[in-house]
Order: sequence, then structure tokens, then C-alpha cells
Amino acid sequence: MLAILLAFMHTQAVGTPEEDRAVFLSTFAVNIPGIPVSQYVHGSMMLSTDALNQYDSIMDFPPFQEVIDRGQEIWETPFKNGNTFAECFENGAVNIAGKFPLYNEKLKRVITFEMALNSCLEQNGEMPMNYIDPETMGALSAYARSLSDGMLMQIEVASASAMNKYELGKTLYFRRIGQYNLACASCHLTNGGRYFRDELLSPTIGQAVHFPVFRGGERLYTLQMRYQRCMEAVGAVPFESGSEALNNLEYFHSYLSNGLPLQSSVYRR
Amino acid sequence: MATQLSQPHASIRLLTIISLAISALFYINHVRAETESIQTGRELAHSYDHGNCLACHAAPTDKHAVTLANIAPPFIDMKRRFPSKEDLFKQVWDARDTYPKTIMPPFGAHNILSEAEIRKIIEYLYTL
Ligand code: HEC
Ligand code: HEC
Repeated sequence: MLAILLAFMHTQAVGTPEEDRAVFLSTFAVNIPGIPVSQYVHGSMMLSTDALNQYDSIMDFPPFQEVIDRGQEIWETPFKNGNTFAECFENGAVNIAGKFPLYNEKLKRVITFEMALNSCLEQNGEMPMNYIDPETMGALSAYARSLSDGMLMQIEVASASAMNKYELGKTLYFRRIGQYNLACASCHLTNGGRYFRDELLSPTIGQAVHFPVFRGGERLYTLQMRYQRCMEAVGAVPFESGSEALNNLEYFHSYLSNGLPLQSSVYRR
Repeated sequence: MATQLSQPHASIRLLTIISLAISALFYINHVRAETESIQTGRELAHSYDHGNCLACHAAPTDKHAVTLANIAPPFIDMKRRFPSKEDLFKQVWDARDTYPKTIMPPFGAHNILSEAEIRKIIEYLYTL
């Protein structure tokens, strides 16, 4: 068993998405024994009662509430043609974010929730937003995603071509990059639940369900901005937000959190 | 005559004193260079951006080493465990040579640290 695990930790095994998830889970069960998977959504705070208490008190009166209110304003303001964002989505976008990213069979690519927001703008003759702008896309996605708070992540990989994108995302997750020659897997799979200096490395499972986050309570990071941050940290030139590479990575990465409840937005250190 | 035998010529005495002083100076310099190496090695190993060994390794016998890291084996008893400095050098230069799947960054091979810097880190590791 351990031999199989060790073999997987550094190389990419061929498996179904469910088999992949099982391998991730059993790796974390070894590194963070006795911690229920439901706690993984707290990432680096999960082993510290102090950190969790601090988190709770910040979340009682989030310092970033004003940004989310601004997002709500953008969401509710009708386009020039009189339509609104809500009309672009099934059920007014309530309980829908947990299905993103999804694979679109017609377009033959992965569509993130942020891309769906932008295509709603374009369908209504409006200018799309910049994926890394905290003022527009950041604030809007923070509010729009909050309409799905509590929904369980349910990413589907339902066809061979969807599987192909999932595999591409997985390849990037396991690829060694940058001057430091580290992969996402080096830190968040092999060492998820261990300390990197004084930072507990969050396990990959549970990471995707609570974005955007506000680091230090004020700096907004979308999920892909966070990927970029980690890529820079190992001395790599990050892919662009909204690029196919990061979209496929987000597809693979989000699948691993299937079954965990969404929450937007949250405080992070 | 007897005095001449027991008391060497003044110039010879002077030479002896000078050469003793020079070798003492060399020795002091050598010791100072060694402690300077250890000091620089420690700074590199502790730094956040350049060496950053403490991101992964703890150094429990160095009370100035502040880290919770538990990704890699702690630096303990290094001189005894690695009697060959060359082996240590290889591990830091490119750990993939001994273990291809290692996650330890190839500090030398990827130009994160220079050869001289790695040698100084090794002097520091030998004190642990
Ligand atoms: C050198 C180690 C390292 C590597 C490699 C790395 N990360 Fe991270 N990552 C961190 C640290 C440290 C944090 C902050 C603590 C935490 O939340 O895990 C972090 C945080 C994150 C978070 C935020 C988690 C949260 O709840 O806020 C995500 C998402 C993430 N990383 C994804 C990735 C992805 C995807 C890759 C590969 C492209 C990657 N990381 C590569 C060290 C790394
Ligand atoms: C990103 C993680 C990481 C960093 C940073 C790192 N190492 Fe390592 N190191 C490891 C791991 C993991 C091992 C265990 C053996 C292996 O996988 O190669 C290791 C092993 C070693 C060993 C062999 C130890 C033993 O007891 O067998 C030495 C010596 C060493 N590292 C020195 C260093 C030095 C010096 C630095 C900084 C210049 C450093 N390491 C930075 C991860 C790291």
C-alpha cells in the first residue's frame, strides 16, 4: 500500500478521477491522521484552535464585506439592454458555482465560473472584465459565488474529451516548475499537512471550495491568482488567469474537492 | 662564547619573532575566515529567499533557527553522519543525483546558490 502511494506521490499515475481522489485522500490520511476531511476546507488553519478562533471572529464582521457589497451592486445593476447577470444562469445562479469549472462539449474547452460571468457580459453587448482585477471580476465573483454557499462541489468529467482536459490539468499539477523545481504536488500532495517554515501546507482537497479569499482580510485573490502566486514563489513565470493551462488545472484541482461545501469569501492569512 | 650559543644572534631572534607573529596572524585569519564562513553559511541557510533550507529542514541544535519545518530530515549530527564534505556538497548542489524523485531544489544546478555559498553552508551544517 505504502509502496503504491510513494510511487504515486512523485509521478503521475493513470487513473479515473475517483481513483485519483482516493489516492489523495489516503496520502492525507497518513500525514494528517485523525482530522476529518470536512476540516480540510480550513486549509492551513485546521490544526490550530487559535487560528480557527481568530478566523471565526474575523468572519463575524468581515473587513472585506464592502467589496462583496460592491460585487452585489455590479451583479444587480442591469446591462444597457435591461438584462441582468441572474438571467444568464439557471435558477438565477443560486447553487450553481459548485458545477464550475465545467467542460463544454460544443466549445470543446473548460469553462470556469468567471468565464461564464464574462460570456454573460459579452452576450449582452457589454465589455468583459479582466480576470485579475479585484475591483471588477474579483468583487463580482465574490458575490456571485456566495449565492452558492453551502452547495457541495460537484465537478463532472463525463466524456473522453472532458477527461482529456482533466488529464492536462493533472499533468500541470504534477509538473516540476521554476528555479526551485517544485510541483503543486510537492507541496500540497506529498507534504500537505506538514510545515513549510512556519506555514502549514494545506492539502489539495478542500482548497477550491472557498475562493476568492481575502489575504490579511483585504487582498482579494481568485483561485487562479492564488495558483499564480504559488508559481511565482517557486521561481516560475505563471500562466495567465483565464489561460487554457490554468483552466484545465482548475478543472482537475476542483474535482478533487467534490463533496465539500462551498463558501465565498473567506479570510486567509 | 657560551652566551653566544644560548642566546642567538639578535637578528635571528628577530626573525623568529617575526615568523612566529606572521604564522599567528595567518592562524588568526584562518580561524576568522572559518568562523566567517560558518556565519555566512548560517545566514544563507536561514534566509527566506536565497538558501531557505529552514523551509523544509529543522535545525534543533541551533537556537537561532526559527522554523516548524517537518518536510525533510532535521540537520542533526551532520559531521558524523556525513564524514565526507563532498557527499554533502553533492546533496545540496543537485539532490536528484542521489535520489531522482527528491523534492529538494537543485541549489547548485539551478543557480540558486554559487559553489562558494554551498561550501559555506556546509561549514555551518558541520557545526550542527
Ligand atoms: C513551495 C511550496 C508550494 C508549491 C510548489 C505550491 N504551493 Fe500552493 N501554497 C503554498 C503555501 C505555503 C501556501 C499558504 C498556506 C496554505 O494555505 O497552504 C499555499 C497556498 C495555496 C492555495 C490557497 C489555499 C487556501 O486555502 O487559501 C492554493 C489554492 C494553492 N496553494 C495551490 C497551489 C497550486 C495549484 C500549485 C501549483 C501550481 C501550488 N499551490 C504550488 C506553497 C506551495
Ligand atoms: C523544498 C524542500 C527542501 C529544501 C528547501 C531543502 N531541502 Fe534538503 N532535503 C529535502 C528532502 C525532502 C530531503 C530528504 C532526502 C531527499 O528527498 O532527497 C532532504 C535532504 C537533505 C540532506 C540529507 C539529509 C539526511 O539527513 O539524509 C541534506 C544534507 C540537505 N537536505 C541539505 C539541505 C540544505 C543545505 C538546504 C538549503 C540550502 C536544503 N537542504 C533545502 C528537502 C529540502
